[in-house]
Amino acid sequence: MDSQSIATAAYIVASLLFILSLAGLSKHESASQGVLFGISGMTIALVATFVLVADLADGTAVVLLVVAVAIGASIGLWRARVVEMTGMPELIALLHSFVGLAAVLVGWNGYLEHKPFALDSLENIHNAEVFVGVFIGAVTFTGSIVAYLKLSARIKSNPLMLPGKNFINIGALALFVALTIWFVASPSLALLIAVTIVALALGWHLVASIGGGDMPVVVSMLNSYSGWAAAASGFLLDNNALIVTGALVGSSGAYLSYIMCQAMNRSFISVIAGGFGIEAGPAEDKDYGEHREITAADTAELLKEASSVIITPGYGMAVAQAQYPVADLVRKLRDRGIDVKFGIHPVAGRLPGHMNVLLAEAKVPYDIVLEMDEINDDFANTSVVLVIGANDTVNPAAMDDPTSPIAGMPVLRVWEAHDVIIFKRSMATGYAGVQNPLFFKENSQMLFGDAKDRVEDILRAL
Amino acid sequence: MSIGVVTESSPGETRVAATPETVGKLIGLGYTVSVESGAGEKSSFTDQSYVDAGATIGATADVWQSNIVFKVNAPSTSEIALLADGATLISLISPALNPDLVTALSQRPITVLAMDAVPRISRAQSMDVLSSMANIAGYRAIVEAANVFGRFFTGQITAAGKVPPAKVLVAGVGVAGLAAIGTANSMGAIVRATDPRAEVADQVASLGGQYIPVDVETEQSTDGYAKATSEAYDRRAAEIYSEQAADVDIIITTALIPGRAAPVLITAADVASMKSGSVIVDMAASNGGNVVGSVAGQAVVTPNGVTIIGYTDLAGRLPTQASQLYGTNLVNLMKLLTPGKDGQVVLDFEDVVQRTITVVKDGETMWPPPPVQVSAAPAAAAAPVAAPVAKAPMPAATKLAILAGGILAFFLVNAFAPEPLPEHFTVLMLAIVIGYYVIGKVHHALHTPLMSVTNAISGIIVVGAMLQIGIDGDADNAGVIRALAFVAILLASINVFGGFAVTRRMLSMFSK
Repeated sequence: MDSQSIATAAYIVASLLFILSLAGLSKHESASQGVLFGISGMTIALVATFVLVADLADGTAVVLLVVAVAIGASIGLWRARVVEMTGMPELIALLHSFVGLAAVLVGWNGYLEHKPFALDSLENIHNAEVFVGVFIGAVTFTGSIVAYLKLSARIKSNPLMLPGKNFINIGALALFVALTIWFVASPSLALLIAVTIVALALGWHLVASIGGGDMPVVVSMLNSYSGWAAAASGFLLDNNALIVTGALVGSSGAYLSYIMCQAMNRSFISVIAGGFGIEAGPAEDKDYGEHREITAADTAELLKEASSVIITPGYGMAVAQAQYPVADLVRKLRDRGIDVKFGIHPVAGRLPGHMNVLLAEAKVPYDIVLEMDEINDDFANTSVVLVIGANDTVNPAAMDDPTSPIAGMPVLRVWEAHDVIIFKRSMATGYAGVQNPLFFKENSQMLFGDAKDRVEDILRAL
Repeated sequence: MSIGVVTESSPGETRVAATPETVGKLIGLGYTVSVESGAGEKSSFTDQSYVDAGATIGATADVWQSNIVFKVNAPSTSEIALLADGATLISLISPALNPDLVTALSQRPITVLAMDAVPRISRAQSMDVLSSMANIAGYRAIVEAANVFGRFFTGQITAAGKVPPAKVLVAGVGVAGLAAIGTANSMGAIVRATDPRAEVADQVASLGGQYIPVDVETEQSTDGYAKATSEAYDRRAAEIYSEQAADVDIIITTALIPGRAAPVLITAADVASMKSGSVIVDMAASNGGNVVGSVAGQAVVTPNGVTIIGYTDLAGRLPTQASQLYGTNLVNLMKLLTPGKDGQVVLDFEDVVQRTITVVKDGETMWPPPPVQVSAAPAAAAAPVAAPVAKAPMPAATKLAILAGGILAFFLVNAFAPEPLPEHFTVLMLAIVIGYYVIGKVHHALHTPLMSVTNAISGIIVVGAMLQIGIDGDADNAGVIRALAFVAILLASINVFGGFAVTRRMLSMFSK
């Protein structure tokens, strides 16, 4: 038994723990246990690798390793401690980019440290693996950086519309294949640099051409990509732990994206390929009529009279940091014996499950937070619906107007309730850029202003 | 400006144009309010309650001299004379049905606003008196019918025998019809409804009724009110009414067409076919009636024992409620007319609502107003927007071919590749399948924690970088490799530690 076989055994155990970790994460009851499994798996893998490196390598390498881990760990723990729950999408997108960049670097090293194999075919495979790893890693890296910039509003979230964008994507892929063949035939550093640049550009373009409204899918798609990047590195390094873990993350991320795509009625393929769902809608010159306004005080009156209330939050609630006052409101209403529930659209927010995290942060009990399918039939028997910072996810045009860009997307049928109060900063359109006929329905009223301020006004009036 | 709330002079009128609550709101808009002594008596509002709300109590002549006079019913000739020059009168007028009254009003230098002329547009809902009164009347129609009807509405099985539920037919699904449907349904009756506008079917269903369509070509309303119907329609509708009359116990008719006599829906033969003890409430009795044999303002019993109620004051039979709603409609109108909230009325003829309700402006007849379109729906089949070319779904054969091709390629790669590639693919394949199934049933609330955990786990790439940093220090490029690996370890460590830490933080928040 040497350090190499110890490490191999440790990797197998770690892989098993990662599987258990993901399984645990799918239920509330077992979720924290799942995280513990994940942490144990990671610890085992890291310690085993460390032992292996310490056994084989010189002192400098070990020191460098410890220093790098120490710096990375302190940065990671610090960010995790201070991040606002509303800033979670940005953080996760940024973390994905780290995995992508790490995969690029590992790929480069794979080329640089390479000692020729005895067999020609193995040699070729190795070179191809280097390319695949670098390519996926670089796409993940720039894609995640763009997603991060869009989510943190440092760049415009409008989709970039280059002419012939599908051609650009396919062209980049074709170029990648051509370069791979060339590289396999005659490896050179210049080709490696070329493929890195192509992949970086492709990653940038893929995500830049996706609109902000589709960000939940993008984030989960990048999550999947980062997994594939790790798996590709596993092929390169002949390391099963990396392959298993990467594939786990890759396939679960892809499946998660698939769930989101269904929720938005988008084609999965076109999401993976980037730049989806941006066929321009028909000219928007329709007269929707006029909307009505309501004051916070009147809303409070309405809530007092209500027997049941459903709150449908959206990204606006996250932006306004309104989750705490909303939770207070829920508590007060429940104390009055009013039945209060939350209806969460699968793509509300900018991250899958974004709203759930925010509401949990504000200590809203999770058993009153229901998802769209569970709650959609209840709206008809509901007195008041509060739409807080949501727009496209409550747009009746998705069901009524086949020409709408969001046609066919399942939405929360809030308009079936007796009264609908919409918290909104202005009459501007949502991320999909579509006007919302809900605002002009006879049973809906607008409460303009910052969602947090308005909810606090209602609390005072109660 | 001052607002005067006068006592209604019409016999049998129980309503009043302002309640203590609405008086408070009017004062909030900057007006002074005087109420004629005893004006609210029949609606159970005492003079004192108005005084408490901030109004003054005045004598008849004084109140009529106010700048603005609130009234429920149209004024009589003698009352018109009581108005001050330049005054504004706001009440129900029915200008289309009462041309003589409009002429009489325009003889005086006054402004007259008709509350019953409010257009049916969304924005004006809050001042639509016809809707608010119809709501009350529809409710009361059921109550009146129940009062005369000799049985329960709801079906019951009791020790004393089985009681079948009453069957109610509501003809005309306007506001009144809907109110009647809701009320009858909540009392347990089986409710059916008819209406020429097929689009009301959902509204009927939402209140627990069953919509009976008249299966001839249907029409859509452009102004929010029912229109006269075609001949073919009328024939088929008449058959339906005959069938239903023989079956149901209670019929409520609400069919009114603005500016015309009410259509006859229930013929003498239909009435004769009804069971003894059945009840008909004809809510259109004041406009001629939907039922042959109904008498406005009275309940009559036919020879075969059917009671036909033709009360015209159904809303007024709930005076407190009716006054409150009418008063609120007036307050909403005054909000529109008082943009400065300073007690000054500003009539803006650019606003379609204000233009439409104005019957007389400073002695000049403004009736009829230009027509208002309330619904953009029948823009005559709005040129179908070039239907988006539906992407043809991929044929099954193509899908199968792609799948088969993929599997074949996978097979060939593994057949020809040397070790360790096939082993790697085995591991990859199994891991993909496991990853798919393991999160297959993930709870929607856990998407974010799941993602941050997978993100932390994908930091496993740190293992690769750690192995690379351990390269022999004397090898080619050792310095570069170590530098790159150092950066990779650092980045991946951020992921590993940050990802797990943030997931724990999130999960600790989830609580039941």
